Amino acid sequence: MDQRVSTVLRGRDVISILDLKRGELERLFEEADLMLRALEEGRRLRLLEGYVMATAFFEPSTRTKLSFQAAMLRLGGAYIDLPPEHASSRAKGENLADTIRMLDSYADVIVIRHRLEGAARFAAEVAEHPVINGGDGTRDHPTQAMIDLYTIRRALGRVDGLVVGVLGDLRYGRAARSFILGLTLYRPKMLYLISPPQLSCRREVLEKLEERGVDYEEVASLDKVVSELDVLYVTRIQRERFPDPVEYEKVRGSYRVTGESLKGAKENLVILHPLPRVDELAFDVDATRHAWYFRQARFGVPIRMALLKLVLRG
Amino acid sequence: MSRELRVSKIREGTVIDHIDAGRALHVLRILGLTGSEGLVIAIVMNVPSKKLGRKDIVKVEGIELREDQVNKIALIAPSATINIIRDYEVVEKVRVKVPERIEGLLRCVNPNCITNQPREPIKPRFRVVSLRPLKLVCEYCGAELGQEDIIAQFTGGG
Repeated sequence: MDQRVSTVLRGRDVISILDLKRGELERLFEEADLMLRALEEGRRLRLLEGYVMATAFFEPSTRTKLSFQAAMLRLGGAYIDLPPEHASSRAKGENLADTIRMLDSYADVIVIRHRLEGAARFAAEVAEHPVINGGDGTRDHPTQAMIDLYTIRRALGRVDGLVVGVLGDLRYGRAARSFILGLTLYRPKMLYLISPPQLSCRREVLEKLEERGVDYEEVASLDKVVSELDVLYVTRIQRERFPDPVEYEKVRGSYRVTGESLKGAKENLVILHPLPRVDELAFDVDATRHAWYFRQARFGVPIRMALLKLVLRG
Repeated sequence: MSRELRVSKIREGTVIDHIDAGRALHVLRILGLTGSEGLVIAIVMNVPSKKLGRKDIVKVEGIELREDQVNKIALIAPSATINIIRDYEVVEKVRVKVPERIEGLLRCVNPNCITNQPREPIKPRFRVVSLRPLKLVCEYCGAELGQEDIIAQFTGGG
């Protein structure tokens, strides 16, 4: 990869997966391959020695926060973490802008998660240092999308030309939304959006698919399309999205992936899930060759290592 | 002198013509004119118009409004024309044009948008993505505002 492309992420904010171009994403994946190899070989890296990352999670998180922190430590860097009591109650009434200014003066990069949409973009405007979005409201979760696309690339060697299904809550789930947007950087052969009508993909996302020439179809159930899929991305349907619990009970079975529902699937179908799961993905799928979601979760660290390295050092 | 002319000509200033009937007060609000500036302002509402059937007119004496000020008017009065008057003559006549970006002025319709947080130093900012129909997108949360949302904000006391 040429020098110009390799330095473009340096100093940049990463708020949406669409902030990256395909070439930049590919560069990130190459870097992640190197990180993964170093991790597997137990080599210690010091690429970010002397750098400090601040994690500001105003909403609960396990995987994202810990994997960012592990990534920083694995690169020889350090992190500071906004204490949960500050994040949850804003104990002394400090607003987001002032909190971000404080962190900006202590750290070289800020990772933020917030329940309000647009909070990460706002933080990026306030901070001098780069801001990475660890999830804002129902909107963006760019590093999750990076992990998802990287997993597909590791599993199948490519994203172009694949038939991809995304199942579950496509309306309020930021992981699904970011993954779908991330696919528009590639040329999948077909994208099936599988959800109950209440949780269908938002118009603005569909418009983006059209604008970028991604063929898609909205379908109400998995059975009809399962045999065509190369990738199935499963997300959770939250009970609280349904005003009527009866409605929830009605749809929940149809969006549950089990060994049985995968009977007609392709031999090398790759199943992804951003985790945590509840019961939308049955345990009997774990033992099948389709189950890539635990490996997907493991890629969280090398991807975030690669991103931190590129953002901080180019 | 025509019987239609309900307000006398102004000597220097700006005449905003062809405002959609009933929206003159919203136009003043968009311009940030409250009357307390001491400017002479004439408002004519619901007068017959060949182009619009009925229309409103706003005349502001003594100031020439800048282009970026008047373009915001296009949000609620897309066919408005701006006439700059010097010595009783129209020296410049332009149609309003929706600006590419709107800052401040409008609220985001998404209650979970960061711009709706009362204690943050943040101004809502929108990008115009379509003119007909008028469609704005919040630069922070991505929510869409249509013509009705915009009019509702000016008429609903927001």
